[in-house]
Amino acid sequence: MPAPATEADRNAAARETILARVREALQSSAPLPHLKTDLAGEMLGQPVATDSQPAGSSLPLLTVLPETAARPWLPDGGDTVDERLAILTENLKKLRAEVQRVTDLPAAAAVVADLVRERGWQRVAWHQHPLVDSLVADGVTAAGCDGYAVDEPGFDKRQLEACDAGITACEAVVSQTGSILVSSATGGGRGLSILPPVHIVVAPVEAVVATVGDALHLVAQRYAGRLPSLLSFITGPSRTGDIERILVLGAHGPKELIVLLVG
Amino acid sequence: MATVTPPPASAPTRDRIDTADPPASDAKKRFLSDAAAHVRDLGHRLFVRKALGGYYVNRDAYKARYRDWEHARDAASLAKWSAVNRLHELLPQFVANFEAGGGQVHWARDAAEAREIILRLVREAEAKAIVKSKCMTSEEIHLNAALEAEGFGVVESDLGEFIQQLRGEPPYHFVFPCMHVRRDEISELFKQHLGSEPTDSPEELTMIARRYMRQLYVNADVGITGANFLVAETGQVSITENEGNARLTAALPRVHIAISGIEKVVANLDDLAVLLPMLATAGAGQPMTCYNTLYSGPRREGEADGPEAMHLVLLDNSRTALLADPEQRDALHCIRCGACLNVCPIFKNVGGFTYGTTYQGPIGSVITPHLRGLTDWNHLSGASSLCGACTDACPVRIDIHHHLLHNRRNAARTAPSRLEKLGHKVFVQVARRPGLFATGGWLFRHTLGLVKRIKPPLMKQWLDTRDLPSAPSQSFRAAWKSRGR
Ligand code: SF4
Repeated sequence: MPAPATEADRNAAARETILARVREALQSSAPLPHLKTDLAGEMLGQPVATDSQPAGSSLPLLTVLPETAARPWLPDGGDTVDERLAILTENLKKLRAEVQRVTDLPAAAAVVADLVRERGWQRVAWHQHPLVDSLVADGVTAAGCDGYAVDEPGFDKRQLEACDAGITACEAVVSQTGSILVSSATGGGRGLSILPPVHIVVAPVEAVVATVGDALHLVAQRYAGRLPSLLSFITGPSRTGDIERILVLGAHGPKELIVLLVG
Repeated sequence: MATVTPPPASAPTRDRIDTADPPASDAKKRFLSDAAAHVRDLGHRLFVRKALGGYYVNRDAYKARYRDWEHARDAASLAKWSAVNRLHELLPQFVANFEAGGGQVHWARDAAEAREIILRLVREAEAKAIVKSKCMTSEEIHLNAALEAEGFGVVESDLGEFIQQLRGEPPYHFVFPCMHVRRDEISELFKQHLGSEPTDSPEELTMIARRYMRQLYVNADVGITGANFLVAETGQVSITENEGNARLTAALPRVHIAISGIEKVVANLDDLAVLLPMLATAGAGQPMTCYNTLYSGPRREGEADGPEAMHLVLLDNSRTALLADPEQRDALHCIRCGACLNVCPIFKNVGGFTYGTTYQGPIGSVITPHLRGLTDWNHLSGASSLCGACTDACPVRIDIHHHLLHNRRNAARTAPSRLEKLGHKVFVQVARRPGLFATGGWLFRHTLGLVKRIKPPLMKQWLDTRDLPSAPSQSFRAAWKSRGR
């Protein structure tokens, strides 16, 4: 085989080879996995033999999506707002995150101001967002602490690294797993929610959804066709069990996660 | 603030020094001697069991929160089955969507090609410092050795991988890389390489690594990560991790390179919504892994930070060979949760290094013969008690222990053992003749004691670790006759 002239040629050739191998390999059809339930027939929208998919039959396209099918079997996220909040609070506590419900934004700002004073924070990073703005004005600067905004590209990552805490908004909160969904569009980019040692998230109570699937659908709709470059489920403070499988918080990301639910 | 010490050079080991896999021809010999040594190391076995103790408790607690775990496993299994069997459609769909989001895709037929691609990208980025988060695919292609051979310093940022890099060892377990290392060894290691004070607190040790790594993230120009899922519908690369090191690796450096096997594609976000929680519960006893992040390319217009470029290396490296085997195609459903290792009696007794493979444990024993050749790796098919614990644990219902049997059968077909064949022939002849059979039985009953005492060469290894019962005084047939009377 002659050496490909350019990198683009090499890449195209490799692509063709791999896709040809895939097509060739899939000429023969694989049996269905050994399931414990009769789910296969349901999800495939057709009765299927339990053991093998007859050769040459239609593609294994699921007509019922796994999330829809699995929803009743996955952990419960709650049907009503109250149920969801109860499950969420329990989950966050188990994950060793802090959660506080406050009536309105001024009350949230008061919580932040207390934290700033108690901990003696010098500098708190934030990004522009209707919910975050007022927390910073009334909770951070009012308490005599500097704010560091990271909205402009080219902000100094060393400065961000030196901040005592970061405040962000989020896209959604998931009760089922106790996760916060942040994005690079409304979470102050990529670094803010991961680099400072404390992460404060502010979310309206309406942002609490039941399941991981609900949260993903919500953002997919919100950004229809143009998703932010990062979507991240944050489930508790950063952790590791790498040393003798003993849990330690704050491996590389924040040691503390504080969730303020407003409303 | 402490100055940044240069990245640690990893000590030469059989897995990291050369970019080639260790010679496969003596893989079996090495397996047997390593296994024998590990099995006798009671301290090591106890330590590994103890380390896994907390995992069992948490896994059971979180599994209990599923309203129906078995049904959920069926759904997860079907999601992967449908994706793998439609790979010819989903792979191009994923690539088109990922490229539309500004990411660049690089196809690699094998490990050498993947290394070439990454070396070129790193050179083009004029990288001075590279930070890497946990990525088994990069272990598979021996990336660190290739980068170091070209003079690029690369630091593993996952705590476990970092410890293994300092120790000059490959990961012991593909999810818990240093689960075999005691805290005092880690303290000593950090003292030696990072100049830290000795401590026996896992928390303090973690903080030493945290402080060291912080500056590296900020200074690195290239970040390398793995990938757990590729979402075809949206063109997103999904990365699962607990520590936040992958988040940092993909946030701060100018260039992000992700490496993924082609089998990681899933159809859509719905599938992901089932697989993410199940991966965490089965593999680590968590409701969700701490960070599950979906990347759809480099920094977008209007976003505050993120890399200028995102590259994705799509690796075949014999995955299509496994895909071509319909019987074992489901081994490609694996989401690398590690659950099958955690429950495997063989893994717990022989330890992770004995396998000599990138992927250890039951799933490693299934796929390695496909990826690296059945002749040299068939001994792994025997590294199983066939208890089925792995199959029971697998969140996507891969038929793991039956595949080990399939590999044994395939090996017997392609390269039958002469000795086994002869043995079976002799047995058939003897079993057909009742008189000969009885004589054989008599001989066996009367020589068993002697065999146990002298341990003839062929049986020595087996007898060394096993106590045989004493022979019965009469044959079964004789016993049956006297009972009937
Ligand atoms: S084979 Fe199953 S249990 Fe083992 S790592 Fe893969 S997904 Fe997990």
